[in-house]
Amino acid sequence: MNRSFAESTARARVAHLLDADSFQEILGPAERVVSPHLALLGVPSSFDDGVVIGSGTLAGQAVLIAAQEGEFMGGGVGEVHGAKLVGLFKRALRLQPAAVIVLAESGGVRLHEANAGLIAVSEVMRALLDARAHGIPVIMLIGGDNGCFGGMGLIARCADHVVMSDIGRLAMSGPEVIESSNGVEEFDSRDRALVWRTTGGKHRFLIGDCDVLVEDDVAAFRSAAIGLLGQSIPLNLATMEAEHALLSDRLTQYGDCRDALDIWRRAGVPDPALVADLEASEMQALKTRKPKELA
Amino acid sequence: MNWEPLLLALFGAAHRVTRDGDLLSGTAEVKGRTVMVVGTTNHAAIGVELALAQARVVLDTAREHPGRPIVLLVDTQGQRLRHRDELLGINRYMAHLGCCIELARRQQHRVIGLVYDQALSGGFITSGLIADACYALPEAEIRVMRLPAMARVTKIDEARLTELSKSNPVFAPGVENFVAMGGIRALWTGDLQAQLIAALDESPTPDQRAADGAARGGRQLAAQVTARVISA
Amino acid sequence: MEQLHFHFVGQQTPGDFMPILVGVVGSGNLEVMLEPSADSPECRVDITTSARGFAPIWAAVLQDFHERHGLAGISISINDMGATPAVVSLRLDQAAAELSSGTGITS
Repeated sequence: MNRSFAESTARARVAHLLDADSFQEILGPAERVVSPHLALLGVPSSFDDGVVIGSGTLAGQAVLIAAQEGEFMGGGVGEVHGAKLVGLFKRALRLQPAAVIVLAESGGVRLHEANAGLIAVSEVMRALLDARAHGIPVIMLIGGDNGCFGGMGLIARCADHVVMSDIGRLAMSGPEVIESSNGVEEFDSRDRALVWRTTGGKHRFLIGDCDVLVEDDVAAFRSAAIGLLGQSIPLNLATMEAEHALLSDRLTQYGDCRDALDIWRRAGVPDPALVADLEASEMQALKTRKPKELA
Repeated sequence: MNWEPLLLALFGAAHRVTRDGDLLSGTAEVKGRTVMVVGTTNHAAIGVELALAQARVVLDTAREHPGRPIVLLVDTQGQRLRHRDELLGINRYMAHLGCCIELARRQQHRVIGLVYDQALSGGFITSGLIADACYALPEAEIRVMRLPAMARVTKIDEARLTELSKSNPVFAPGVENFVAMGGIRALWTGDLQAQLIAALDESPTPDQRAADGAARGGRQLAAQVTARVISA
Repeated sequence: MEQLHFHFVGQQTPGDFMPILVGVVGSGNLEVMLEPSADSPECRVDITTSARGFAPIWAAVLQDFHERHGLAGISISINDMGATPAVVSLRLDQAAAELSSGTGITS
């Protein structure tokens, strides 16, 4: 039975992703660790400040987990929200779980607490990289309607692995911001097909920024996460140089492409126009076709 | 401050930092020690190429000059707002820059950030904010978003935002706010070279910005929330 | 934004239970948290709502809820972002359903 990841709340995603009844929340809603700033701005708080964190098991292995609630303030990172994420990664150093799993759904920094959010994002980044440096894999699951943007888009690509559905989007700036800065010819934010070709799961999968593409189903995200447990990618000069070479090659190969369709065509996808209609399982076949060209 | 007089103030004439487009890079001597200077000028919009170019400088330093301090000079309007950069995955390029700086730090390179003109939004996260410590000139502009735009997006009256920002440094633009929040360690005035030397001489500490935020009153909860999560 | 408080005297005391949370604080939505309030025969309700001036509507919705369930020894906390009365009722009923399917209600 399919349970839509996108339509589930953060709390429900966690409950159904982890092994049944294994989740133990840290700083749950009853503790009322809420934003100290929102009330001043006349905005209601959320008892968990929009992020659910805790521990549990996945296929019997201990994991730490965080899930951002995209419906609350667009999943934006505020002071408390950010501190919960920082604490989770620091806790991982103590517990040495098989992974830290982040269900990211966020517009980035919460504007109402902009400065706290901005600093928090860099603190999360540092704590995440610290956990990775100690051999703890970090897995991002991106599949919510609000996507993963801004500071969270940066954090996502600091992780070991990224899993997405095609409902998910991963980017820095949202199309509306680009349109309002540089005009509708630069990026028509109301062209949904364009938005998804540019930032959606299928494009990220084809260009190499998403490691596993799944259907919009919590069980599919669960399977993908299980498959990535314990797989830590080292952070050292050699791996940084490899990443640098990959990113450099990408500019050489695709730097002059005007649209994702051009990238996919150049990458050897036989019928780029049909990608939008493919199932996640069919996308996998496209990638195995020509792994070298596809980043 | 313009980058040229800034470099003179920091290093005197003994520097080889040059400008290539919006990229600043080159070595300099201070108190008998060679440092690598890398950063941006001209309120640079950080696109995929510029993120990569800065990362290259950091990686070369990490590979060829173990222990050499790195000085990040920040003047940016944030990430470039173009379809092409998003298409190519600017978030990954900027994350890569951040990861390279973090690698250098882990490999015992002292990394000091200095906001000498503008630091906006995402462009700040993977540069100054990922350094061991980030400083700023008093005239620097640091912000996530201007108040009028913030008012439009949050649908909160601009007058209300302005009023609240007088007593709460949590959202409004301003370098003093970032000092209060612990994001900026201190403002540099007067003898910039002396302050750079002092910053370079400090031993690296674990991330103390939340503690600074608590001590200065700007972020009263972050440090304790983090501590509670660790020990729960 | 407004803060509202209500009290009801009920009969169905659920005893001790783990806090229950339903809903999220999104536009047109609300979160409802139920917690035990062991030494009190009351059902107390604390609401923070983004809208102002709707106290009579909240009172009516809560009165209906109380007539349906008659809970006592319980504390209900709500963060509301402009939900309609129908959505408020739905969340309250969802919370009550979780309560009775969990520890069970003793009369």
